[in-house]
Amino acid sequence: MDTGNRIPVLKLGHLLLVSIQVDMHDRMALALQEDLAERIVQTGARGVLIDISGLELVDSFIGRMLADIAGIARVLDAETVVVGMRPAVAITLVELGLSLPGVQTALTVERGMAMLPAPTDRLGPEADEEAEDAVGDG
Amino acid sequence: MSATAEGALPLRSDEDVVRARHRVRELAVEAGLRLIDQTKIVTAVSELARNTVVHGGGGAMTAGIATDGTRTGVWAEFSDEGPGIADLQQALSEGFTTGQGLGLGFGGAKRLVHEFDVRTAPGEGTTVRVTTWR
Repeated sequence: MDTGNRIPVLKLGHLLLVSIQVDMHDRMALALQEDLAERIVQTGARGVLIDISGLELVDSFIGRMLADIAGIARVLDAETVVVGMRPAVAITLVELGLSLPGVQTALTVERGMAMLPAPTDRLGPEADEEAEDAVGDG
Repeated sequence: MSATAEGALPLRSDEDVVRARHRVRELAVEAGLRLIDQTKIVTAVSELARNTVVHGGGGAMTAGIATDGTRTGVWAEFSDEGPGIADLQQALSEGFTTGQGLGLGFGGAKRLVHEFDVRTAPGEGTTVRVTTWR
């Protein structure tokens, strides 16, 4: 696998964080979609935050990938927020005719985090054990 | 109008589409386009380069700085020897698609640039030329 060509997916509590810092070609975008779906299931994440402040453009392919990620996450019981879109990208996206159906957006990472379940909320199976341990310790 | 062009950039893969975006971004900066116009033409280039790869069976892009009297701009031309487009009006209409994820590509790209010219016929390939002026 060309791991150097993959966008890293970071886990923060029960959120997954993705910061797209490179100009993605289409296979990278599709790989990200698959990686995120797998990580949501693996980690029981309840929220996905995608930072696109590094992206100089969102064309129809990347736009559709973002919409698909939001759709896939939704059926896996996780919410998605896309943050950090540049103004020129937003204007271009609208003129292109893309509306990113079903994608929640926020201006900044902080605001996006606030829209998602808190990292410690609604713990999944693994975290339940951790939580029980924590209670035992207390 | 006069135009200078560098060598043709082949369009055969996903990576070539990214190269096409980068080349036109550089030209747009060189031509002094505003950021918003840079973003628009580079996005249009992304759509058209992908069309060339996916629908045209591969092809090439040439691009350069355009001058017309006192005006300066950027142009890019995409050509392939693919199946061509039988119904151009339909291809340009919103939401039309014959392939994966390209429903907005052609008509969307047209809205993002100042000039948009297509030469195509069934079996004779497609050439699309776009220009954006400063």
